[in-house]
Amino acid sequence: MTSTTSDRPGAIDARPVPHPLRWVAMVVIAVVVAMLISSFVTNDKWNFPFAFEIMQQTPVIEGLWKGTIFGTVGAMVLGIALGVLIAIMRLSANPVLRGVAFVYTWFFRAIPRYVLLVLLGTGLVFLYPVFDIGVPFGQQIAGVLGLESNLTFAQFDYRSLSSTIWVGIIGLGLSEAAYMAEIARAGILSVDRGQAEAAQALGMPPGRTMRRIILPQAMRVIVPPTGNETIAMVKDTSLLIAVPVIVELFYQSYQFGQRTFQIMPGIVAATLWYLIVCSILMVGQAWLERYFGRGFGAVPTRTQQKLTKIEADH
Amino acid sequence: MSQTTTGAHPDATSAPSDQALVHAVNVTKAFHGTEVLKGIDMDVHRGEVVVLCGPSGSGKTTFLRCINQLETIDGGRIFVDGDLMGYEDRGGTLHRLPDKRIAAQRRDIGMCFQRFNLFPHKTVLANIIEAPRQVKGTSRREAEAKAHELLEQVGLGDKPSAYPAQLSGGQQQRVAIARALAMDPKLMLFDEPTSALDPELVGEVLKVMRDLAKGGMTMIVVTHEMGFAREVADRVVFIDGGVVIEHGPPNQCLLNPQHPRTRAFLSRMRQEEAAHAEAVVATVTGKASALEAVAAPDDGAAPEEAAGRPPSA
Ligand SMILES: Nc1ncnc2c1ncn2[C@@H]1O[C@H](COP(=O)(O)OP(=O)(O)O)[C@@H](O)[C@H]1O
Ligand SMILES: [Mg+2]
Repeated sequence: MTSTTSDRPGAIDARPVPHPLRWVAMVVIAVVVAMLISSFVTNDKWNFPFAFEIMQQTPVIEGLWKGTIFGTVGAMVLGIALGVLIAIMRLSANPVLRGVAFVYTWFFRAIPRYVLLVLLGTGLVFLYPVFDIGVPFGQQIAGVLGLESNLTFAQFDYRSLSSTIWVGIIGLGLSEAAYMAEIARAGILSVDRGQAEAAQALGMPPGRTMRRIILPQAMRVIVPPTGNETIAMVKDTSLLIAVPVIVELFYQSYQFGQRTFQIMPGIVAATLWYLIVCSILMVGQAWLERYFGRGFGAVPTRTQQKLTKIEADH
Repeated sequence: MSQTTTGAHPDATSAPSDQALVHAVNVTKAFHGTEVLKGIDMDVHRGEVVVLCGPSGSGKTTFLRCINQLETIDGGRIFVDGDLMGYEDRGGTLHRLPDKRIAAQRRDIGMCFQRFNLFPHKTVLANIIEAPRQVKGTSRREAEAKAHELLEQVGLGDKPSAYPAQLSGGQQQRVAIARALAMDPKLMLFDEPTSALDPELVGEVLKVMRDLAKGGMTMIVVTHEMGFAREVADRVVFIDGGVVIEHGPPNQCLLNPQHPRTRAFLSRMRQEEAAHAEAVVATVTGKASALEAVAAPDDGAAPEEAAGRPPSA
């Protein structure tokens, strides 16, 4: 046996396939990057040190937290909750619910977010400064019956809400729900029918089957596009100025730049913040994908095992 | 109430007086105008094991699904433990039950599917405690204790924290059985529980089912495993074209069938069983114990199991 070992081929020591284009691309990119850096350094209109300073200004930080991040979280929470509800309506056996869901999606997908925010922020205050909560058509009914009361139980002054982040959250959330509904619908439909049947056969009522069995599995399909939607929402909070909401990252940085006659650093400051926030979101998205993908891959990772424990504990 | 049960059709509108656990009368069901069940009558008594067989497409799955209302029926009545399934009879008029009440009716009926349908996002333990926790409101401790007991019973005591995807088909089906048993069902429905399994994994599932039958569980089993039917069934029911064409004790039905279609079906089954045996030989060539198991498939699962899995498992 030992004598044949030397005749048998040994370890492979081969030349790699040449990739000349990679080298060309690398050179081109290096040149472009060098040009950029040189421009950053030599053109003092960029003024990076001042951009970093703007990033740390109180109104900018406040805009980041109270406008951009709070707005994103609020709009996505509303969008996801309403979107899942609309997806379930869309898949319901009840034709009225299906119709409502369809019209909702159709309407809100057609309206640009900017226009919607202007409509909610300015238009509604103009049309209905005060909301009456009571019997529908209460005033007309009371008029016909000659009643003292106009059948209104409570009043809600919409003006107190106008120009607040809440209007922005409602607008962005309503719009987001239309997209989330499509995403959630695709996710729900991706779950094998046998899953619902197994749950039903165990005596689980439909609502619980949806919540405990179908939705968690649909999440595997829902999470990746929802991550993209969230990242898009971070950027769409820059539309909040349409409400108008001014406690918002881009408006605050830009204004700060303008006030100090340093327009570029203002824009750069906002850009850098958006890059940071979106990078963090991407990490979070990867984590969520692993969590909802558990049981579908082969062997669970340590993170998955921890997550299983978290789930078992609640 | 049903004193008039002289003919083939017992009293069609009331629960049986002799308290059969399952009492199906003249059940009909159509899909898109095609009648799949054409008047099925069947009584299953407590503790009885009934094997349903018949050619593919004859309506076995559909009938099983009608029993626990996964399908609604178009005609006839199905009673389980005296309860009319899916409807309420109010003074002669039937009212469809709301989903919640139907869900409640299903609690006492366990079902195992051809494709197992375990919840892939949950561990084995979580699969088993899901329904007791969610439907019955059992405490976590109690549900888990019971789950561990059931896992021992189906031979998977070491697997509570595995995910379904990490298990073999045979193990998954045994978890599915444990999951159904966790609800303390009074009736178990099996729809071809072994037909999606590799031949060498069939035995371990049949063994669990055999133990269950010995323990007195009432079972309706759709299967083509004739060895299982011969050994475990109290009664074999042949369905073809949506009607029961023959039924009786396995010795009579399987060895001396009366109906020509039953005979044709059985001879086809025997051919398939032979082919299946060859497949097992092919997978576990060289193992004497496996050859023995194949030569006498009704000898039970133990030799097959020993052959299919390492002795340490
Ligand atoms: N959901 C359904 N929609 C339409 N046709 C169906 C459906 N389920 C079953 N069928 C038809 O009903 C017949 C009986 O099916 P099934 O009960 O699955 O038969 P078996 O289990 O005996 O093989 C088949 O012809 C099948 O195509
Ligand atoms: Mg079938």
